[in-house]
Amino acid sequence: MQPRPLALKILDFASVIVLGVATYLALVFAPTEAVMGQVQRVFYFHIGTAWVGLLGFILAAAAGIAYLVTKDMRWDRFEVAAVEVSTVFFFITIVLGSIWARPAWNTWWTWDPRLTTAAITELIYIAYFMLRQGIDDPEKRARFGAVYTLLGGVSAPITFMVIRLFRSIHPIVIGAANGTQEKMNMTSDMRVAFFFGLFAFTIIFIDMMWHRIRLGALEEKVEQLKLTVSM
Amino acid sequence: MANKSESKKQKAESLHPSFFKATLAIIQKDLSAEFRSFELISAMLVFSLLVIIIFNFALELDIKVRQSVTSGVLWTTFAFAGTLGLNRSMSVEKDRGCMDGLLLAPVDRSVIYFGKAISNLIFMLIVEGIVLPVYSVLYNVNLFRFDLLGVILLGSIGYAAVGTLLSTMSAQTRTREVLLPILLFPVAMPVLLASVKASNGLLAGAEFAEVLTPINLLIVYDVIFIAIAFMVFDFVVEE
Repeated sequence: MQPRPLALKILDFASVIVLGVATYLALVFAPTEAVMGQVQRVFYFHIGTAWVGLLGFILAAAAGIAYLVTKDMRWDRFEVAAVEVSTVFFFITIVLGSIWARPAWNTWWTWDPRLTTAAITELIYIAYFMLRQGIDDPEKRARFGAVYTLLGGVSAPITFMVIRLFRSIHPIVIGAANGTQEKMNMTSDMRVAFFFGLFAFTIIFIDMMWHRIRLGALEEKVEQLKLTVSM
Repeated sequence: MANKSESKKQKAESLHPSFFKATLAIIQKDLSAEFRSFELISAMLVFSLLVIIIFNFALELDIKVRQSVTSGVLWTTFAFAGTLGLNRSMSVEKDRGCMDGLLLAPVDRSVIYFGKAISNLIFMLIVEGIVLPVYSVLYNVNLFRFDLLGVILLGSIGYAAVGTLLSTMSAQTRTREVLLPILLFPVAMPVLLASVKASNGLLAGAEFAEVLTPINLLIVYDVIFIAIAFMVFDFVVEE
């Protein structure tokens, strides 16, 4: 295997640094929120992971289209990497959200549009892995995966719109889940922690994507080697 | 001379049938195969009735509960019975090698999609057409209203559109039947939720204008997903 390129080594190093700084900013630097108290600090990471999670899903759908057009396996590796990394980040988002929701809404979970859509989106991408697992032919696996990310990427926003209809009687929950409210009331120190969190997770996301793409290339090599051995 | 060119033209037409004719041929094939054995419709039907009976006891469908859950029970039943039908209709093609025959036909691949999707839709509608009166009689609610039937038609169209595409995919995987509901339910969630929302409103006596938003979303979903399926079906059957 080729050694890690220098840029990736730098990115690895940078990821660790920015994660440390983001943690410091969120836990120490940012002032304690007046109403919600300490638990509000979870919000900086919650938004950061949610952002890269959604970014990855959008990138995966785009990579899916690119694969179907070009039939280039590199797009497939990109797509798998994006879905895999994003599924993990999105799961972290849901868990962090629950931790915040327990004291704020007095429950771990409500069937608010955002929460429900997040759960369904996560299930779509878990189904994506199950689909891929059931197919042996790499070329077919890539095609089906691309089609499914495309379907999932289109379906999730419509799900959100539909679920909003069910909950139109609970404006308070939606308002509180919105985040914009808090953003408007953020002090400048909070804003630093918030935007640095977004930046830090973007860096970490790129780093992990890169590693996962390299891993994908290795997997493919192993698969080919196995084929030659069995022949 | 004129006769000869005419027969040539006919021959060319029979070799390259129009999109519409070819779709019709596939639907006809599915329907006549089904009406000889009734294995798909009867399975879906019996399954639907069993699901309703289970709901009857699980939810204790007395008059008060019934009002709020009827649409939920119906749509859950349709969705489950739908997966049963979708699975069967695709695995039959796969097992008996029919799919290869269809793929060899000199027609556009999307013809196969539309043919299969429409015959799946017809099977769903037949089952719904029997379940609805049975439910009406059993629970003494009138489900035969044009607005409600319209919602059911729109929901079934969306479900069959996505379901046909995904069942074509799942039939080619190792886990097959198990995989279809896992793939289909999260992607078809907007259809199910919007249908439940709209039928619930209608059954609770809401005006048509009040449920227009979920119905619009249903139409949007149907159009978008038929378009996507039309575009990507080629990739799903490619060998």
